[in-house]
Amino acid sequence: MSDVEIIGTPERTVSRRKFIMGVIAAGATTSSAGYLFNGPQPLLGALAVQGSVERLITLNVNGQQRRVDVLNQETLAFTLRYKLGLTGTKLGCDRAECGACTVLIDGVPSYACSALTQSVRERQITTIEGLEEADGTLHPVQQAVLDEGGFQCAFCAPGFIMSMVAMVEDNPNPTREEARQALSGNLCRCADYDKILTSAMRAAELSRQQA
Amino acid sequence: MAIIRDMIPAFELFQPTSADDAIELLVRYDGDGWVLGGGMDSFDWWKERIKRPTAVVDLVNVASLQGISVTADGVEIGAMTTLTEVATHPELVANYSVLTEAASQIATPQIRNRGTLAGNLAQDTRCWYYRGGWPCYRAGGNTCYASAPTAMNREHAILGTNRCVAVSPSDTAPALIALDAQFVIQGPSGERVVDAEDFFMGPAKDIERMTVLDSDELLTTIRIPSTWAGASFYYEKVEDRKAWDFALMTVATAARLSGGVIEDIRIAVNGAAPVPLRLEASERIVRGQAASEQTGMQAGEAAIQGAQALRHNDYKIPLMRNLVRRAIRGTEA
Ligand SMILES: Cc1cc2nc3c(=O)[nH]c(=O)nc-3n(C[C@H](O)[C@H](O)[C@H](O)COP(=O)(O)OP(=O)(O)OC[C@H]3O[C@@H](n4cnc5c(N)ncnc54)[C@H](O)[C@@H]3O)c2cc1C
Ligand code: FES
Ligand code: FES
Repeated sequence: MSDVEIIGTPERTVSRRKFIMGVIAAGATTSSAGYLFNGPQPLLGALAVQGSVERLITLNVNGQQRRVDVLNQETLAFTLRYKLGLTGTKLGCDRAECGACTVLIDGVPSYACSALTQSVRERQITTIEGLEEADGTLHPVQQAVLDEGGFQCAFCAPGFIMSMVAMVEDNPNPTREEARQALSGNLCRCADYDKILTSAMRAAELSRQQA
Repeated sequence: MAIIRDMIPAFELFQPTSADDAIELLVRYDGDGWVLGGGMDSFDWWKERIKRPTAVVDLVNVASLQGISVTADGVEIGAMTTLTEVATHPELVANYSVLTEAASQIATPQIRNRGTLAGNLAQDTRCWYYRGGWPCYRAGGNTCYASAPTAMNREHAILGTNRCVAVSPSDTAPALIALDAQFVIQGPSGERVVDAEDFFMGPAKDIERMTVLDSDELLTTIRIPSTWAGASFYYEKVEDRKAWDFALMTVATAARLSGGVIEDIRIAVNGAAPVPLRLEASERIVRGQAASEQTGMQAGEAAIQGAQALRHNDYKIPLMRNLVRRAIRGTEA
């Protein structure tokens, strides 16, 4: 691994000069879109190598085939939000610690902030935008959340709703405790858990009625 | 001290379809390659820009590393099998429930859905000084911030430390040690097989590593022998929060009983030392004894021999003693 970049630690061994250089370098890389597309491309010739990946891919999102130019290091949340305009998927922590970015990958709830788009390009992705039907009919989980007024600020809602969609598929008749387990990978900063759980139970009920 | 930045720095990405090709790539990048399983341990390092691989070798397309197969001698689990698959596999649930209990209590459903068994075993420590990019021994520096007098070290080790006091965070490790599992490792010169308890490497041997894996090796298969199939198991994870949290300590046992007497047993604890520990001294005390409170007390006392607390983790000494005691007492025929 190359040199360690340390910023903001009280004790550090890097010299001040190196530190400042590090900050400048970081500044240059974080701001410009140019970085995203013209960034360092070590070993360009390596594309010919067995197993190396193509940048231009087709991603199946919400039942549609979407052509998209994806960087190696790009997360699924980044692709969805900033390349495909699907901003219903939220980024809270970007560290697998909040659940706001939960999407379904082949029906399985996953943190979109913590998967490389390239790793899931053969799979079916479902986001919050893909739940309602073409004629505008809401998914039973969405209807249940509306019925029960399940959230406050609702920043966490898309993530929770995707977890609920997977829950009603796997376990159409959950106990409240099982719903709690199924939703344990989603945090609500407004701590509206009780109403969220009530929505989840209602979602299961509506789904059973439709089945 | 998360420094949130918008993008992971660039790297070459490879998705080989065989373990041989993956190893060839790792050899070519000679220490600057990074094996990617589910990424649940890797992404933090890259996002914080503390570790920057030149090339990432994503194992997603290596079919031979996927899935669980039941064999005549037990069960073989491919490296890329997710923790959810491990936690719910019928044969594992039926006969090796110490592992499924451990796997099902890791983190969150979403993390278990992508995190792999090999990644769980090969993951790096969660010591926040080290993870925060502090230049400690483990990061190639010359001090341990976690054992300084003012350090926050409630989660750190009480046994087996050597300069570094960080613990192994793997919850599946103690369960697999209790089951006497073997890990198959493949490298450029072929295959080697190590016992679960020998897979982990403490700081006395190499302070910058967590496991015996070389940078050009893959963990390919986890083999669980049928020796302990259907045995009496005990697993307990102590954590601050019931979901999403790393363990403060875990205990896992596999035992064979006859008429209330423990004929044979394997006991493992994680969260106490830099590596998951097999407690052989406690095992010797317990063999041939009744699965009782008193036997448990003796085993617990033996377990904490030599334990030394840091400033904020003295609670771990009685915790370890009590977990071992409970595991013995809770081992029912
Ligand atoms: C919020 C959070 C909470 C967590 N809680 C827990 C918990 O409670 N208990 C617990 O045990 N863990 C926990 N984890 C840690 C861990 O990330 C996961 O348990 C997961 O199993 C790691 O697997 P992975 O495949 O995603 O790892 P990766 O990040 O893909 O890999 C981890 C490491 O192993 C190496 N590696 C992966 N596969 C192989 C292979 N086949 N051969 C050689 N090297 C390999 C990688 O190079 C990397 O260094 C948590 C993680 C997060 C983010
Ligand atoms: S943004 Fe992905 S878990 Fe928080
Ligand atoms: S409703 Fe505000 S974060 Fe959940």
